[in-house]
Amino acid sequence: MKIIETNALTRRFGDLIACDNLSIAVEQGEIFGLLGPNGAGKTTAIKMLTTLLPPTSGNASVAGYDIVHQASAVRRVIGYVPQMLSADGTLTGYENLLIFAKLYDIPRRERNKRIHDVMSFMDLADDANRLVRTYSGGMIRRLEIAQSMMHRPRVLFLDEPTIGLDPLARRAVGDLITDLRDNYDATIFMTTHLMEEADLLCGRVAIMHRGKVAALGSPSELKSAIGKEGATLEDVFVHFAGSEIEAEGDGRDYRETQQTRRTARRLG
Amino acid sequence: MKSVIIGTVSFIRKSLVIVELEIRKMRHDPTELLMRAVQPVLWLLLFGEVFAQTRAIPTGNLSYLDFLAPGILAQSVLFIAIFGGMSVIWERDLGIIHKFLASPTPRGALALGKSMSGGARALTQAAVVYILALLIGVKMNWNPLALLGVIFTVVLAATLFSAFSLIIAFLVRTRERFMGIGQVLTMPFFFASNAIYPISIMPPWLQAVAHGNPLTYEVDALRALMLENGTSVYGLGVDFTVLILCTAVLITICTYLYPRAAT
Repeated sequence: MKIIETNALTRRFGDLIACDNLSIAVEQGEIFGLLGPNGAGKTTAIKMLTTLLPPTSGNASVAGYDIVHQASAVRRVIGYVPQMLSADGTLTGYENLLIFAKLYDIPRRERNKRIHDVMSFMDLADDANRLVRTYSGGMIRRLEIAQSMMHRPRVLFLDEPTIGLDPLARRAVGDLITDLRDNYDATIFMTTHLMEEADLLCGRVAIMHRGKVAALGSPSELKSAIGKEGATLEDVFVHFAGSEIEAEGDGRDYRETQQTRRTARRLG
Repeated sequence: MKSVIIGTVSFIRKSLVIVELEIRKMRHDPTELLMRAVQPVLWLLLFGEVFAQTRAIPTGNLSYLDFLAPGILAQSVLFIAIFGGMSVIWERDLGIIHKFLASPTPRGALALGKSMSGGARALTQAAVVYILALLIGVKMNWNPLALLGVIFTVVLAATLFSAFSLIIAFLVRTRERFMGIGQVLTMPFFFASNAIYPISIMPPWLQAVAHGNPLTYEVDALRALMLENGTSVYGLGVDFTVLILCTAVLITICTYLYPRAAT
């Protein structure tokens, strides 16, 4: 069953086409990766699918609900971890989860058990009552993922889940993503600019370049398609998107860089 | 009909969750509240005591300190509310706001909850002003109903000015610009009102401005409810009608602007 379907999904910012006629389908239970350099349109695509940004044209559905006309139904069945820091540092880990348990209408008698279960699953049980601003970057990410899956979403959107993490924490989050799919039967839709990460985690990837999908398939399919012995996903990217890894300046770069750095600093 | 009731109950419950969130934050870090409490101390103890000696301001049957106390309470509420909007700029820069907007929380409940949490912060200021007023001998009305009326007025006015502050925050989008505009806006609200002198001594053009200023109606209601000999110039009915209507309009605008913060 197709759990996400987009049909010529397009978003413009003035003259810039951030997401250009995106048409993809994601199967239930898949870990699907949207791959590309900064500014390729990954975050724009994920913001449209999570109902944060209305499309300029085209349409999409998540779990059978239209992202524009049935936005509140979509919000009920998805979980979302933004690229930027989204846990509240001035609250404890437990409080961060409690507030979202209430906002997602998790019944009162189940609430504490769910929070406890998810904290154990994320290995945060001992730190539940500490303020989040004393957490390490990896712990914050785990807490954010916990926050987004407590209500058992059918699709989990992760925007650059490992950005700003050290290699060890990155691997832990990677394992977690696979675990989530296996234990909670969730479909994972993630973005990343790290080729090896996509190679490791994702069943299928779409390579985005300047708002368009340049290539789509499983990492091994894509590697064999370019007919080069021992090709990496990096080679695939260069093959389909040309040699330039950085998108050209479009005025959003400074702000984006600033935000990425800030996120990285706070997580690191 | 049934679905309307369920929807309304859920809407109010979600708004209160947002208020709970802000109260929990406040409990972890009450520094801001303590800093804000300095201002009413200065106004009542320094400004108030000096102007009470001059007897230059006609305050009817009230002493000047009696007259001033509700005005300073209203001022503290205004200040704490108007800088509250800064938090959404912070939350937007971090990405917290995106997570709330992608959850099934109604936009209106986010706007109302955020604004009402200004009410919770404002009540701490009310406690400070009450203690000060007691110390300097202001003749207060301790009738429980009157006290409830003061609490209601403070929460309502804080919600109004917090919603206004959120709107400014959504429009200017950066902390630096917000700080500048916040400073520029609070003083006219304060001076073009009946907070520290009666409107009757103002020039006509300023009287007109003061009559369009919601702070005037807040002060008027507080003067009637807070003081032993206090009376309302416009009547509590008019005061609350103006405050509730302004709040409703501002919350509506805020609800419309909230989702734009995530784009």
